Amino acid sequence: MSFNTAMNVHLDLKVLETDILIIGGGTAGCFAALTVAENSSCQVLIAEKANIRRSGCLAAGVNALNAYIVKGETPETYLDYVRNDTEGVIREDLVYSIAKRLNDVTAKVEALGLVIQKDANGDYVARGRRNIKINGENIKPLLAAAVEQKETIQVLNRVNIIDYVVKEGRVIGAYGFSLDSKIFYTIQAKAVLCTTGGAAGLYRPNNPGFSRHKMWYSPFNTGAGYAMGIRAGAEMTTFEMRFIALRCKDTIAPTGTIAQGVGAQQINGRGEAYERKYGLPTTPNRMFSTVQENKEGKGPCYLETKGISKETEEDLYKAYLNMAPAQALRWIESGRGPSVENVEIEGTEPYIVGGHTASGYWIDTNRATTLEGLFAAGDVAGGSPQKFVTGCFAEGEIAAFSAMEYVRGKELVAVEHAQMIAKLEEVRQFLQDDTTLNPDITLYSVEELEEAMQKVMDVYAGGISSDYVVNSSKLTIAKQRIKGLLDMSTSLKAKDLHELKLIYEVLDRLYVCQTVIAHLQARKETRWHCFQENADYPERDDLHYFKYVNSCYRNGDVEINFRDIVKKDETYEHQN
Amino acid sequence: MSIKISQQICIGCGKCLKVCPGGLIHRNEAGKSYVRDPQDCWGCTSCLKECATGAIKYYLGADIGGLGGYLYTERDRERLHWTICKADGEKVRITINQKDANRY
Repeated sequence: MSFNTAMNVHLDLKVLETDILIIGGGTAGCFAALTVAENSSCQVLIAEKANIRRSGCLAAGVNALNAYIVKGETPETYLDYVRNDTEGVIREDLVYSIAKRLNDVTAKVEALGLVIQKDANGDYVARGRRNIKINGENIKPLLAAAVEQKETIQVLNRVNIIDYVVKEGRVIGAYGFSLDSKIFYTIQAKAVLCTTGGAAGLYRPNNPGFSRHKMWYSPFNTGAGYAMGIRAGAEMTTFEMRFIALRCKDTIAPTGTIAQGVGAQQINGRGEAYERKYGLPTTPNRMFSTVQENKEGKGPCYLETKGISKETEEDLYKAYLNMAPAQALRWIESGRGPSVENVEIEGTEPYIVGGHTASGYWIDTNRATTLEGLFAAGDVAGGSPQKFVTGCFAEGEIAAFSAMEYVRGKELVAVEHAQMIAKLEEVRQFLQDDTTLNPDITLYSVEELEEAMQKVMDVYAGGISSDYVVNSSKLTIAKQRIKGLLDMSTSLKAKDLHELKLIYEVLDRLYVCQTVIAHLQARKETRWHCFQENADYPERDDLHYFKYVNSCYRNGDVEINFRDIVKKDETYEHQN
Repeated sequence: MSIKISQQICIGCGKCLKVCPGGLIHRNEAGKSYVRDPQDCWGCTSCLKECATGAIKYYLGADIGGLGGYLYTERDRERLHWTICKADGEKVRITINQKDANRY
């Protein structure tokens, strides 16, 4: 609600041109850019809202590579693992094509300088059936340095992309704004590759106060890529399969390093190992079992680490400093490390993230989306869970080759001036030169709408407070409330470019929430404990729902369609 | 989760604000870095690792078990020294060589 109309801020219009625009310079985006530079003379432009040196999920580093074909395993066994872990609703063609590339992309990152542990024979040291040990603290700076050495790659740091430019069904570029100066960008491109990552901050987080951003996923991944696709009418898949991570309490640091690394099992407050009571130890079941134990009053739950040696403890400190320093600080400053105290665990709020579960763009085998000229890879691309870091590299590589093929012989399509100005005006309406001079200009702040959104999702769309369970009545309320917040968001005001970014982040998350809610409504079964658990339909129903739930946003509504499962050796092409 | 930037130690080189994945570090009128929205920090420590002067301290919010201690980093070529300073002043230093892979 606007009480006054203050003077709008001026924005300069700047038009850029490139062959391939990559939106998001994280794991998949940087690798895709390198692939293009090494295999063609195409000009690449990476638009990144932070700085590629430490942006995206790998900011703090990563402790292991969790998708690798170790000795004795094959791409087929990797596919089997993913299929079994996710009740079969995956795009086998996508998972398999990634699995076949995992080891080659790993070798390439090692050549860039990543330290990977080797045994006396020179083989990588495995941490399990699919994992290898590394020192990944500097993995992102290594990637960024490689990107910056390529003459054909231009990096536009601190530019926030907000929407695609679409002409007659084809994506011909994107709009964005600088976070440093009052510049509105129109970037014209022959092909666009979206690698923005997934969405955090949709649900009320574990630590909603001062430490609200101490979360599993990057809080700066706010679903922009999903939202831009949704608004442009791209088909999306499996948004009902949310990802919930089992983490160390409070610091939300990883548990896999302890569970796999030192073989610690999950125990409840009575000291009983409980995981096996709940069926196969799939990713959803590890989470579900912990929720159930707490519901039965047997919490808190722990990873049983007490009694590990001091040497092991010291190694764990180092491993955590290399990826989640908060947990190491917590152990050391309290003087109660994992050798003397079991590590308490909890589930996070749900995220939408295609590198772990299967939410994202509905893509063909070549990673083309349903919008011509637009490709997707990494966490923003759907259908293939358990990608992790190396899977995002592999998918970035596949998408890069497809984009290179697509641009061959193509010309740039000029964006019409009037269209640019209309978009610039849309951005400008959020900017006020000085809200302190005119504090009554709007009733609500971005922060208030964000909190309201997170509360709605928590209570009515299966967040932590509802033990991740949804039902139709609650989802109906969620849909209505999120729609209301989306309407209210148009009156938000920003006093500077940082606040303008925050407005777009909350807007994007509201669009993603709408899609999540519609997908949760559509899957009338329970396919994955916690990730998608519907109290109205508590059983798995293969007869009706061994399918993908897909959607397109049309005329203000999320329209659902169901698609049949794509198998390993199929080449999937988009049809109408 | 957050950081504090010492205004006495900061030399205003701007490396930390460039690298913050959330764009949370800004410059004040004196040209020095400050955190604009401390509650928006993810806790990734990217800024600490850029800072050559040790001006940035990383600490846990009281809501996630912080007890008044903090950590900072110093880089010595391929070695990264992590110093945890407990509330009672005791310091614990852990050095990680970038060339060594994690054991776990």
